[in-house]
Amino acid sequence: MANDTMTSVATLMRDSQKEILADWVDQQLKDPARTQAVPESSLRASSNEFLSIFQEAIQKGNLDNMAAPEWEGARKMLSELSASRALQGSTPSETASFIFSLKEPLFALINKQLGAGNIASSEAIVRYSKVLDQLGLYTFESFQKSREAVIRRQQKDMLEMSTPVIKLWEGVVAVPLIGTLDSARTQIVMENLLQAIVDTNSKVAILDITGVPTVDTQTAQHLIKTVSATRLMGADCIVSGIRPQIAQTIVHLGIDIQDITTKALMSDAIREAMERTGWSVIRNTSQES
Amino acid sequence: MARENLEFGDGVLLQHCALQTEDDLVLARAAIKLHSTDLGFSKLNQTKIVTAASELGRNVLEHGLGGHLKIDAIDQFGRKGLRLIFEDNGPGILDMELALTDGYTSKKGLGLGLTGSKRLMDEFSIESQPGEGTTVMVIKWT
Repeated sequence: MANDTMTSVATLMRDSQKEILADWVDQQLKDPARTQAVPESSLRASSNEFLSIFQEAIQKGNLDNMAAPEWEGARKMLSELSASRALQGSTPSETASFIFSLKEPLFALINKQLGAGNIASSEAIVRYSKVLDQLGLYTFESFQKSREAVIRRQQKDMLEMSTPVIKLWEGVVAVPLIGTLDSARTQIVMENLLQAIVDTNSKVAILDITGVPTVDTQTAQHLIKTVSATRLMGADCIVSGIRPQIAQTIVHLGIDIQDITTKALMSDAIREAMERTGWSVIRNTSQES
Repeated sequence: MARENLEFGDGVLLQHCALQTEDDLVLARAAIKLHSTDLGFSKLNQTKIVTAASELGRNVLEHGLGGHLKIDAIDQFGRKGLRLIFEDNGPGILDMELALTDGYTSKKGLGLGLTGSKRLMDEFSIESQPGEGTTVMVIKWT
């Protein structure tokens, strides 16, 4: 198709931008997928901004390659838009239909200009449809990426949050482990624990695995490493919270943990730790209830 | 795999999991836990199945360079079971006897993954073609 038809669409778009904008915003507002996450005013502003950028880009005539430099402005605007919408809580389909809903007003304009039903207008529609599809997919992808970035950040936060070292008593620290013990978490647990042992001058550390759902050979290996490192610091390590089914599984797997002091319950571990550090707990019989 | 299908019949496919990253393994473990609960396994057996799956899934990730897992429910003359089939297209196992020796590891693990999961499950079979990949099938009967 001749490029002059394309550029004439661009000119036409520029001349009737107000009209298209009104049409397009209308389309978006009555979209059943629309949530209230994006207010109408900002919707109107970003639609207007996109129309100007879009019109400028098609003026340059490259309608095949959205990765080309002519489209950089459009790409930048769309990725910023989807990032902010992902944070505002828009749904993925709502974000993608920002672009897709431009089809109807744009095609109406093309039909009006080139005459509905003839070859020139249907060719133009096919071409612009492809352009908007590509841009829509790009928007969707950016939306996904910013969602993933949010998830990654939350994962990191969780990782740091979920491994606190607690000072139980003078000379006794404890780490309640919750969730899957993978290499990254083991590293954080180990660092925090060893630092806490130095800071609190502790002689006994308790690792509680009540909240660890699966103890496989890798988890066991991580535990063994943590215990060894604790020993090198001159402290004893007790592993507590071993449930009956975990105990049997460890035996079947054939993991040797003979060198590690283990207790079924955290309270047993605390008692043992107190004994080792020379404390004794005595119940005052006059207050016994 | 054809041989297992002959031996234990066609199962009812419960789930198909990709195993490409450590996160996939976490999801696979959760799925197996769910299906084993549904099939009425005891807490102990659930833990055994999930742990064995964790070992075999990690083998797929670390030695097989990624692959997939098929979870299905089988019924052999009224005996019900959960079957897990791990498949990868990795380098395969050159010396099967060595691989099935307690404490042998080609990486830096404890070397108990394969033998350990064999002990945790009721049925265990492994097939490997060097250069073509490895398939491990395990079954736990209810």
